[in-house]
Amino acid sequence: MRKLLKSLLCIGVLLGTGGMLAGCHGSQGMADFTVPEELDSSRTFQLTFWAKNDTNKTQTKIYEKAIADFEALYPNIDVTIRLYTDYGKIYNDVITNIATNTTPNVCITYPDHIATYLTGANTVVPLEGLFADEKYGLGGSEVKFDAPSQQEIAPQFLNECAFAEHYYAIPFMRSTEACYINKTYVEQLGFTVPDVLTWDFMFEVAEAAMAKNADGTFAVNGQKVMIPIIYKSTDNMMIQMLKQKNAGYSDAEGNILIFNDTTKELLFEIASHAKTGAFSTFKISSYPANFLNAGQCIFAIDSTAGATWMGSDAPLSDIAEDKIVHFETSVRPVPQFDTEHPQMISQGPSICIFNKRDPQEVLASWLFAQYLLTNDVQIAYSQTEGYVPVTLKAQQTPEYQDYLSKKGSDNTDHYTIKIQASELLLNHLDDTFVTPVFNGSTSLRDAAGQMIENVTKSVRRKETVDDAYIEELYGSVTSLYHLDQIHSSSGSAGELGELPTESRVLLITLVAIWVCLGIGYGVHLKRTKKV
Amino acid sequence: MKKAIYSALAFTLLLAGCSGGGTKPASSAAPAGPDTAKGEGVMTYADYIAAADEDEVTVEAYVQAKQNWWEDTATIYAQDADGGYFFYGVKCSEEDYAKLVEGQKIKVTGFKSTWSGEVEVVDGSFELEEGNWVAEAKDVTAALGTDALINDQNLKVSFKGMKVEPSQNKDGQEVAWTYKWDDSGEEGDDLYFNVSSNGKTYSFTVESYLCDQNSDVYKAVKELKVGDVIDMEGFLYWYEGPNPHITSVKAAN
Repeated sequence: MRKLLKSLLCIGVLLGTGGMLAGCHGSQGMADFTVPEELDSSRTFQLTFWAKNDTNKTQTKIYEKAIADFEALYPNIDVTIRLYTDYGKIYNDVITNIATNTTPNVCITYPDHIATYLTGANTVVPLEGLFADEKYGLGGSEVKFDAPSQQEIAPQFLNECAFAEHYYAIPFMRSTEACYINKTYVEQLGFTVPDVLTWDFMFEVAEAAMAKNADGTFAVNGQKVMIPIIYKSTDNMMIQMLKQKNAGYSDAEGNILIFNDTTKELLFEIASHAKTGAFSTFKISSYPANFLNAGQCIFAIDSTAGATWMGSDAPLSDIAEDKIVHFETSVRPVPQFDTEHPQMISQGPSICIFNKRDPQEVLASWLFAQYLLTNDVQIAYSQTEGYVPVTLKAQQTPEYQDYLSKKGSDNTDHYTIKIQASELLLNHLDDTFVTPVFNGSTSLRDAAGQMIENVTKSVRRKETVDDAYIEELYGSVTSLYHLDQIHSSSGSAGELGELPTESRVLLITLVAIWVCLGIGYGVHLKRTKKV
Repeated sequence: MKKAIYSALAFTLLLAGCSGGGTKPASSAAPAGPDTAKGEGVMTYADYIAAADEDEVTVEAYVQAKQNWWEDTATIYAQDADGGYFFYGVKCSEEDYAKLVEGQKIKVTGFKSTWSGEVEVVDGSFELEEGNWVAEAKDVTAALGTDALINDQNLKVSFKGMKVEPSQNKDGQEVAWTYKWDDSGEEGDDLYFNVSSNGKTYSFTVESYLCDQNSDVYKAVKELKVGDVIDMEGFLYWYEGPNPHITSVKAAN
């Protein structure tokens, strides 16, 4: 449990040192990948696939089945999976393995992380050439399965994988954040849950829920514990608030714009509700779902990929059955400042392919990555949580539509809250956004969340959060996450690494020639003098 | 349990407390019992328990095991004469971490916090103090399932004569243990297993940061069979209820 917190911190620190890492990754550069004419079926390929699951055994089984089905189609390609349960560990291991050219072949990851992987020369394979390859490209003539064409991948999701002038990934699953609401308590407090919440509405209801009975219990639930708002990912909270306010965060060139007056105002607002106890975070209090299901939280904000944990009838739960309180759950987009123009983050895993010296091995990797976009894998995996398939091809199948239509028919595969969470994203595809990707963008993300965590902790500890505090906070997170070491104009992150080996060899050769010339000239002078 | 949702990064794992892998006491001539008098400005265990979440606290206790060190923070199981402590992520250099041997007395200042029922000290720092004491595990088998058990939270505890009950692996088969709570993990992840006493079944954990895959207890749990009757020791960690971190397993006497 607490491993997550360390993992998150680790990611921040690792990415904070991205610039330093960059320096040691460029030394083992590989040649540009060129798509081979044919996949050599006379050879055997051993691929490694580093994947992430949400501690969900069904997801593990889907990966295993996908591998088995793929290997049946391509008996000469053997895929070995290594399972992770957080992206930070994958990131950490990839960074470690870049230096020794022992990266996996195929990897589930985030574009932000890929931006750092790119500091190694030709480490990650640009995919546009593979997309378009007539034989082995998306839906190509020699592909042995029913793969989607490029047009059949949801454009919003595919575009998220384009940065540094290339497609460096393909999307695998997509989710967003949702606000899981104890509707029963909201109405008990005299409010009505709107279709789209505002931040003001949520904070108003939350403060109303802090009223207590004479015996010290909270009036709304009769319990000793009530934290009306618990936000799981405070980085997302800050990012979405700033986006909705059209305030600075960063730009594609890697300029850090977050330290502005809007951020300060938001932190003051958040701190005021943390002070009353109306707001807390996962890091400080624990999983929003645990509190929601125990009737101790009213607005639990978490990923749609966590929907199976939310609600009285949730199929997954960490709390004892006798602690679960019965209530009606509403699923809504994250709160908004402008309800007419909702904006919410798009998140979820993508897939990248690491370059290898053998182009045939890379081609085999691409085929497996492409297999993960087939309807079978997409539909099965998306149903494990409130995910959405990334291909229109899968979304439009009768099978997937049937799945959606059976919402609420049971509390397992068709759990209402889970399907509502998926529908939330499907209905708001055009309202999603992602933050600019550059080497260091994950550090900035971590810093955004850390500022909320800090002000929340501070007011709970009766510290004063004022202008001076915020100025100091800006400085401390800049330092902690090395934001002052992020080089702007890093959209092409690959440019940040050390010079490629070839370039360095050339420079060394030039220096050596000049040294030789100098020595030669010196010897010539000496001889001339002797004469 | 969702506790196991996230896996580790490359932390330094030092296996104090795990049978076969623990650090040893600094001195073989450890005193028979812990100091009962507290230094100036140091809270008694009762004062500590009475403090509210987010209050600043200063306590003295003896290291019983350490979970991990990473980026200048350490996570420590500790105990004094009156109760157990869990120091989460206290500031600690790698050099000082090496000094945190089993039994070492320390003074910790930080903030009291409760996370899913686990009472702990966070954002803290510590000083080494003179003193050494290794606690005997307290048998809490009879307290399982009672409200009294929480009074022993974070203590070094033992469980006697408990029977291994089936868990379900990812294929729906009955097994004696799983990687992670739902068998979604792999070698090196936390192990989960069910044990019963007096007709009630409880979920116990081998916390892989505390006792990794090379530790005796990790290997021993993987050898368990449903129906085995075992004695165990560990620390009474809490996650939405008791969630002991087991450090040794052996056949019941």
